[in-house]
Amino acid sequence: MKSQHRLIAMLVAAAGLLILPLLLQGFGNAWVRIADMALLFVLLSLGLNIVVGYAGLLDLGYVAFFAIGAYMFGLMSSPHLTQAFPFIAAMFPNGLHTPLWLVIPLAAALAGMFGILLGAPTLRLRGDYLAIVTLGFGEIIRVFLNNLDHPVNITNGPKGINQIDSLHFFGLDLGKKIVVWGFEVASVSLYYYLFLALVVVSVIICHRLELSRVGRAWMAIREDEIAAKAMGINTRNMKLLAFGMGATFGGVSGAMFAAFQGFISPESFSLMESVMIVAMVVLGGVGHLPGVILGAVLLSALPEVLRYVASPLQSMTGGRLDASILRQLLIALAMISVMLLRPRGLWPSREHGKSLTNAKT
Amino acid sequence: MDILLQQIINGLVLGSMYALIALGYTMVYGIINLINFAHGEVMMVGALTSWSIIGLMQESMPGTPGFIVLLLALVIACIVAATLNFVIEKVAYRPLRNSPKLAPLITAIGMSILLQSLAMILWKPNYKSYPTLLSNTPIDVAGAVITPTQVMILGVTAVSLAVLMWLVNYTKLGRAMRATAENPRVAGLMGVKPDMVISATFIIGAVLAAIAGVMYASNYGTAHHAMGFLPGLKAFTAAVFGGIGNLAGAVVGAILLGLIESIGAGYIGALTGGVLGSHYSDIFAFIVLIVVLTLRPSGLLGERVADRA
Repeated sequence: MKSQHRLIAMLVAAAGLLILPLLLQGFGNAWVRIADMALLFVLLSLGLNIVVGYAGLLDLGYVAFFAIGAYMFGLMSSPHLTQAFPFIAAMFPNGLHTPLWLVIPLAAALAGMFGILLGAPTLRLRGDYLAIVTLGFGEIIRVFLNNLDHPVNITNGPKGINQIDSLHFFGLDLGKKIVVWGFEVASVSLYYYLFLALVVVSVIICHRLELSRVGRAWMAIREDEIAAKAMGINTRNMKLLAFGMGATFGGVSGAMFAAFQGFISPESFSLMESVMIVAMVVLGGVGHLPGVILGAVLLSALPEVLRYVASPLQSMTGGRLDASILRQLLIALAMISVMLLRPRGLWPSREHGKSLTNAKT
Repeated sequence: MDILLQQIINGLVLGSMYALIALGYTMVYGIINLINFAHGEVMMVGALTSWSIIGLMQESMPGTPGFIVLLLALVIACIVAATLNFVIEKVAYRPLRNSPKLAPLITAIGMSILLQSLAMILWKPNYKSYPTLLSNTPIDVAGAVITPTQVMILGVTAVSLAVLMWLVNYTKLGRAMRATAENPRVAGLMGVKPDMVISATFIIGAVLAAIAGVMYASNYGTAHHAMGFLPGLKAFTAAVFGGIGNLAGAVVGAILLGLIESIGAGYIGALTGGVLGSHYSDIFAFIVLIVVLTLRPSGLLGERVADRA
């Protein structure tokens, strides 16, 4: 009986998720965009959850991998490179439009490679040291993106890259709206379905990983690295694998982000974003998939919704309390109060943190 | 030659400001193993408070000598920052002392964002020009110049460090702090009240951060709500560089980091033939950090600790 109930609940949820963008479309595309961004953040949080939640490695520079994926996609399918380098323009007279099937794996591979590159020398550090090194790595990537516009213009500096191609595959261009049986489906809604599909696939991957030998090895490392090593787990390789996997997720989400926005600049990849993603994972319930998804949706969507509601408040306080400040304020308050009231997250898993609670103070 | 000397002076000034902030990080980390992300914001609050006080005093009592205004602003900034840090610890960190390790870290990050947004509401999010209160005729030192403000920064840092060393090494409170850092439970058995020691640590850290904030603002002549973030990050880097939990290490790490940064920024353009410019100076700190931690994970002066089971 119980499994039947669960099945029905899941079907209802799935139907709700499928109809959601079509409903939101009615209120304006901005609302669908919020849903899209929430899904992207879910994707990112799922990736970071592999590193922080499963393997227990605190990564405060996760947004770097997001940036690498985004710039990879941006450079490979925008007019920027052909404008900056005549020889590339000569090679691709029709402009550089790398097909999706090439550029997404490339973005994933590049991000994964950077993940391993960063991980290899630093993974033997203790927790907090690792956090600060990853944080530094994130800043280094951002400074480079910001300054690599001279002497050779690779990233176009703070101005960023624009006119990035939208995603298109199987003759379907996600940048244009389509009409199905007389019903108009906007471009943002198409992206919604793509991101939703990606999230579903990622959840399945993460869930299977969690149950696999690799996942159990990660959790053993998280709970007690020395004991894990004594049990014959190759901790170094396992940690590298977690880093690489997490980075790959970041790279793919980055490519999606670039295509979805059509414009990227270093500003989207600040340390604040890394911190937000960590907060999503921890707030929801670290290492627990439903919790992570909840955290990501709450932290990414709610403040955006609030931005629309907050304008009366702004006029009331004479412009002192504008929407972005209010948003920051609420995020900060949410982070502090949730942690104080539920230190293990809003929706923690049952067995997680067993040994952590008894650990030395 | 005089360029090198100039960069060394700048590096020392920068490094001594980092040192004041780094000490707060390293003391807190040494005792409760928490990266207090809000520490840079405490410095920012100190700087902005002093800016307000200076503005008030210049309006109500024009003609007061600059250094008296600065001194008074400094003292009030220290009191405000100390109160703030005391409250932060009590409200946000103390209830989480026995929870999973990530929880206090997240509250610390939340606190940092909260303080920034509160500062934006209180002081408005614009850049404020910080008045020059000491004379700004530069002093000539063998071809390089040093401003009176920079001399003051070096002096104040030296005095603060001396007071801190005395406090930690020769007072009862200092002994209690060292004992708590070593082992809180055993220290408790010896009659030390860990809660009191932790509060004292946060207060001392905040005073140092507020001093650093006032110095930073008067050196660069500007103050704003986000000014604490990058110095805070670099100061933490310096603390890790020197071996976290180690006071002397934090100072050495900070001074070295300041020197590396300013000398690096002065020479990177010439060394790479103009390919990399001085705007890369922000990443030196992190590159140094990654290299040091890879080669010597416990930092320059840190003790090698065995992995704890």
